[in-house]
Amino acid sequence: MKIHIRQGRMIDPASGLDRVGDICVAAGRIVAMGEMPADFQPNQTIDAEGLIVMPGLVDLAVRLREPGNEYRATLESEMLAACAGGVTSLACPPDTSPPLDETGLVEMLKFRARNLNRLHVYPLGALTQKLAGERLTEMAELYDAGCVGFSQADFPLVDTQVLMRSLEYAATFGFTIWLRPQDNWLARGGVAHDGLVSSRLGLPGIPSAAETVAVMTILLLMRETGARVHLCRLSTAEAIEMVRQAKAEGLPVSCDVSIQHLHLSEMDLGYFDPNLHLVPPLRSQRDRDAIVRGLADGTIDALCSDHTPVDDDAKQLPFGETEPGATGVELLLPLALKWAQVSGLPLASALACVTSRPAGILGKTCGRMVDGGLADLCILDPQAWWKVTPASLKSEGKNTPFSGYEVQGRVRYTLVSGQVVYQD
Amino acid sequence: MSENPQLNADGSLRHLLTIDGLPSSLLTRILDTAEGFVAVNDQEVRKVPLLRGKAIFNLFFEPSTRTRTTFEIAAKRLSADVINLNISASSQSKGETLLDTVDNLSAMQADMFVVRHAQSGAAHMIARHVAPHIHVINAGDGRHAHPTQGLLDMFTIRRYKGEFHNLCVAIVGDVLHSRVARSQIHALTTLGVPEVRVIAPRTLLPVGISQMGVQVFHDLAQGLKGVDVVIILRLQNERMRGARLPSPQEYFRYYGLTPQKLAHAKPDAIVMHPGPMNRGIEIDSAVADGQQSVILPQVTYGIAVRMAVMSMLAGN
Amino acid sequence: MNLPDAEALISEMADIIRPHLTADSVLVGMHTGGVWAAERLHPLLDPAMPHGSLDISFYRDDFGQRGLHDHIRPTHLPFEVEGRDILLVDDVLYTGRSVRAAMNALFDYGRPNRIRLAVLIDRLGDRQLPIAADYAGVGVHVPQGKHIHLVREEHGGLQLRLVDVA
Repeated sequence: MKIHIRQGRMIDPASGLDRVGDICVAAGRIVAMGEMPADFQPNQTIDAEGLIVMPGLVDLAVRLREPGNEYRATLESEMLAACAGGVTSLACPPDTSPPLDETGLVEMLKFRARNLNRLHVYPLGALTQKLAGERLTEMAELYDAGCVGFSQADFPLVDTQVLMRSLEYAATFGFTIWLRPQDNWLARGGVAHDGLVSSRLGLPGIPSAAETVAVMTILLLMRETGARVHLCRLSTAEAIEMVRQAKAEGLPVSCDVSIQHLHLSEMDLGYFDPNLHLVPPLRSQRDRDAIVRGLADGTIDALCSDHTPVDDDAKQLPFGETEPGATGVELLLPLALKWAQVSGLPLASALACVTSRPAGILGKTCGRMVDGGLADLCILDPQAWWKVTPASLKSEGKNTPFSGYEVQGRVRYTLVSGQVVYQD
Repeated sequence: MSENPQLNADGSLRHLLTIDGLPSSLLTRILDTAEGFVAVNDQEVRKVPLLRGKAIFNLFFEPSTRTRTTFEIAAKRLSADVINLNISASSQSKGETLLDTVDNLSAMQADMFVVRHAQSGAAHMIARHVAPHIHVINAGDGRHAHPTQGLLDMFTIRRYKGEFHNLCVAIVGDVLHSRVARSQIHALTTLGVPEVRVIAPRTLLPVGISQMGVQVFHDLAQGLKGVDVVIILRLQNERMRGARLPSPQEYFRYYGLTPQKLAHAKPDAIVMHPGPMNRGIEIDSAVADGQQSVILPQVTYGIAVRMAVMSMLAGN
Repeated sequence: MNLPDAEALISEMADIIRPHLTADSVLVGMHTGGVWAAERLHPLLDPAMPHGSLDISFYRDDFGQRGLHDHIRPTHLPFEVEGRDILLVDDVLYTGRSVRAAMNALFDYGRPNRIRLAVLIDRLGDRQLPIAADYAGVGVHVPQGKHIHLVREEHGGLQLRLVDVA
């Protein structure tokens, strides 16, 4: 299959490339950028005039809901949703049912994903067996089976001794541990940020300290153990400042935030909108401002969707009883563009947060668009507006706080390894 | 989802879910209407035919004999048909969801739901879900709101103090977990009470409470100085011993309302309590049964206020 | 259309009513015009006679269409209704529906011996219920689209006024 992508605005955030030209794809790779070689005979030509051609997105948190939660969403539906969002590589957390704590489960997931022949799925292995926070999983074997890192997903470790041992063990092999920092005692019973809005609505609060205490603990243990840690879904200004200092000190730490936390705050909870029940909770306006700044200055390495399809039954309950999480893999790109526009950030810098920078955390070469490289591409119409509605989302999960929003930026084509896997 | 879910497009009340966000004119109208219903209690036949043929479902997902009874009496005095449903958490967990229950009852031609639930926001969720002709009254949701209690407290204050704009009101106790306190604070500030105080140890106050327009005190004697109205909140049993409070004895010693502490308030100050009381923990019997206590009138007025709310909603 | 003077009408009516009073008579004005008229009648009839006021909002038959009326005033009947001869006073008798509501309300306070109706204006020809006034100041035909009622002026004087139906 040879594809000729004609006259698109080629943007590669990693290299700084930003110019109009042609891209030729053959045998899964980019074989020419700029002008089409005279002898290139395409089977398909994509007219990309007025469109942006960029590396496919890399999303660090997409729940595919398999195995175990197929009633919510399936690998097929969520991978299609990812393709529709221009995502070509994704990391999936281990909070499936059962959790990804055995090589067999990881191999099955990779096998199923490969058979669907769509995008690159990078599983995160469970850090502890059954995510119970007690016994380590066979990390080295899981790594060999394809896990790119190890995580407790949304079941943060309570036992700090287990935390320290797991960091030591991971450091032995040079694995990255992905942790969502949360002190479970301080967060206990809470469903919203402990602040003005939760006070008003009478929702049990999760104080900022639940995150900062955990981040401080993790950073101190990183110094002790030399382990590499990726902090997932930071939500507080203080935690971002701690990461800034830790990076300055040279600790091997990275972090990400979700699109929800980049754009929303506790003020958006309105009248108990269950779509805004998230973990970590949406925090104050000040925290949101710190997230915006941290992502722009590189303290925060990546922007992810934290894609969590939840069925309606689990959302049609009183706020505190609803299952937290939002669907978002199809919104990652438009919301990154919106952030760039609102913050006056160069387009390429914003796009780096969803391409090359998260790829760096995965330790993969994806998220780039270079001559000779894998043809994982996203072709988007940056001008097109569309409305977020249940019908406009391919994901089985329709739960998003952005429902009803008009967003700009529509994916027209997604190519994975040189194959068109999605076309609008 | 940003528009106020309890108001119709013309600004009239469709549901009563919280006092937060309701205009002062509407609160005053409810209180004025309730005055009319107080007289009904003097009738030989303590009943008016307003809601004849209407079906009101008391949906209590959290046990409360007292509140349910006052709603039941109010509905019956309006000649409505009242159906009480006490739905324990256990029967819910057998499978039928909250909204299934609501749908089923709606199919039985319900006109109004009075909802009590342990989760904040439960009444809002039901109100979002029901058909347009059905009205929802929040009879207490989690820590969020208990608007009819807040209104009956305002009614009581107005009866004893005449007006709001020259008052100093102190709310004492577990504000953090109290839906009653939240509704009172919104009602008092909306009706123009210039000084609303909360008095409690820091473990019983929500974050940012001062931004709700109240002054914070930690010392009971200081906080009561010169107040016209003292509202004592109930301290739940399970909160008397733990990480928030060491013991009921220590609580009573520092925050219990005794005649000595009450002496710091104005001589004609009234004492209120939403009930049920823990005598000897948040309030001394000498105060609860004393001259300044208006705790029993609160209960009586509660019926008139609930009749007013029910008839206003049913007519809108 | 010439409207009679309300104050003069009330004095005339008092003279007619006075001979029919009994030891059990009480005066009840219907909010709002009836209450004003009853306040005038009271000293003219018998200052010692008990009198009260009645709000019929809770007994109206248009609740289903119009909802609860604004400005509900408490009913105030500082006497036993049981066995009394009630003189019910309203400003205008029109469809008869208000009087129906008032009688229902009174019966919820007790069983009166007798209820007599006194109105300043008997608006002729538009009755919807089998109700008639025992004492009427004057009978008038009011054009469709108009509404006649009693108003109280700033200095306290009562006047009949014809207005367009809103």
